[in-house]
Amino acid sequence: MAVPLIAARGIVKSYGQVEALRGADFSLGAGEVVALIGDNGAGKSTLAKILSGVERPDGGTIEVDGEPVAFGSAEEARSAGIETVYQDLALCADLTPAANFFLGRERLRPGLLGLLGVLDNAAMRRATQDACERLGVRLPSQSAPVSALSGGQRQGVAVARAVTWARRAVFMDEPTAALGVVQTRRVLDLIRTVRDSGVSVVLISHNMQDVMAVSDRVEVLRLGRRVACFATAQASMEDLVGAMTGALEQQEGRP
Amino acid sequence: MTGGAAHDGPTGTGGAAHDGPAGTGRVARDAAAERAGAKPARTGRGGLQVVWIGLVLVALLAAFSVLAPRAFPTSFNLLNLVSDAAILLLLATGMTFVIITAGIDLSVGGVLVFSAVVAAKVTEATGSAALGAAGALVTGLAWGGLNGVLVALGRIPALIVTLGTLGMSLGGALLLTGGVDLRAPADLNLGLGLARWLGVPLIVWICAAITAALALALAFTRFGRHTYAIGSNAEAARRAGVAVRGHLIKVYGLAGLLAGLAGHLSLAKYGITGVSAHSTDNLQAIAAVVIGGTSLFGGVGTVAGTVIGVFIPVVLQNGFQILGVRPFWQQVVVGAVLVAAVYLDQWRRRARDQ
Repeated sequence: MAVPLIAARGIVKSYGQVEALRGADFSLGAGEVVALIGDNGAGKSTLAKILSGVERPDGGTIEVDGEPVAFGSAEEARSAGIETVYQDLALCADLTPAANFFLGRERLRPGLLGLLGVLDNAAMRRATQDACERLGVRLPSQSAPVSALSGGQRQGVAVARAVTWARRAVFMDEPTAALGVVQTRRVLDLIRTVRDSGVSVVLISHNMQDVMAVSDRVEVLRLGRRVACFATAQASMEDLVGAMTGALEQQEGRP
Repeated sequence: MTGGAAHDGPTGTGGAAHDGPAGTGRVARDAAAERAGAKPARTGRGGLQVVWIGLVLVALLAAFSVLAPRAFPTSFNLLNLVSDAAILLLLATGMTFVIITAGIDLSVGGVLVFSAVVAAKVTEATGSAALGAAGALVTGLAWGGLNGVLVALGRIPALIVTLGTLGMSLGGALLLTGGVDLRAPADLNLGLGLARWLGVPLIVWICAAITAALALALAFTRFGRHTYAIGSNAEAARRAGVAVRGHLIKVYGLAGLLAGLAGHLSLAKYGITGVSAHSTDNLQAIAAVVIGGTSLFGGVGTVAGTVIGVFIPVVLQNGFQILGVRPFWQQVVVGAVLVAAVYLDQWRRRARDQ
């Protein structure tokens, strides 16, 4: 692999007495889907939060395109082109899809009205509609609040939002955990669409079927460390589960 | 249970798909929802209640006009109505912003009185009504800012913070005045207090203009959008890059600023600081906001609804007085309307969250 898009080495993070990460490594290449798996408490979500700027690591280094970075906030990660779809989706249920799409980066009307902070709702609605259509997310109405959407549609809005703003990578934390069969398939299709558009995807999941179906590589965390890396095509379900549970030990830290 | 959404009546997009036997399981239900295209699309839960409550107001106006055709629908009486409502409207508009962020401001009445006292003292000391007005505004803004800082940075529940600043501002006003109402400077009381434009008191124009401007700001600007977003899901707003703490400080500051202005206008209109007359202003403002369809849980509401919510108690009181009904009934009826409004909100919220 050339210079990885994101390379994290020796990430350490503790919450009080609890060591969530004890020197975890992670790497993500351009245009690939990497599944980040591990048992409960292995540190997947913590690592994802650190890489997407929500939490600060206590130690370790992160490089984006070979340049060391220290994200102080989610905004800084976002300005580096890294977006996150949170497990709880982080949508404002009372707002429309377009308002959620553009939350924090609203488009304003040109001229004087814009200086007064007046929103360009029509433009934001159009852009949202275009993005959703491109990604195959069908919404019944652009004017109804997100609370009126089904679980799958909400997921679609959250994913479409992240993908639209991401220039480099999208982190997805358990994107299919709350979904039925039909919608899960849609999200997996969406992940492939995103990858084909050149944006890398990090899929954090418990669901081995999903992981096998959509990922190019798998990185396994156990007890706060990376314990294994697989090319998905060469790994079996048993390998993954073995690495997660510790039954199968790979060389520490070697991709 | 097949989910509350199924009970929301006709959807026009095949909502009947929801009405399958209970317990068909999540997958089947989701698939059905996908086939049907959507759960019922609703156009803003705040919007519907505004229409309903607007109809209630129209019905009240019509009823009193029919029952007292000579006394109620006269320009004199209607001007009385808007004059009575104007100053409360400022408090309620500020409260609307606060409640949409899922907060509350109990301090508005205290801040109003404290600001009125400052305005009276400053005008007396300097002889300048303009400095008095500025003093009231700055004082209101400062109290509001204090509320905002304690809520946003101190992470103290807004209910407690503003209960505390209510006591502090009311007590402070009593300390400053020694418990005796200050009279307004005559210039102010006879000037701004009586001034009219096109036959309507200047105070009403001022309150109406500010309310209209803030209604537009809430509905159409980024400031308004962030206000809704914070009340709807503060954590999501923060993650999306909204400066949640700074915004909360601004919103509480705005409520305080409006209370300060209300103090100045109240001083001009009534001629006294009213140190003991405003201890339930907060409840009146909250009632108006909630009757107007703003959710106490945040994220939903409009200034237009609040305007209607301000007028319903005022119209009831005025109408009852004219009809010779004992005015105590007004409190009873407003209380019932308030409970009904919150019940409606809860019911719709349950339907939404299934």
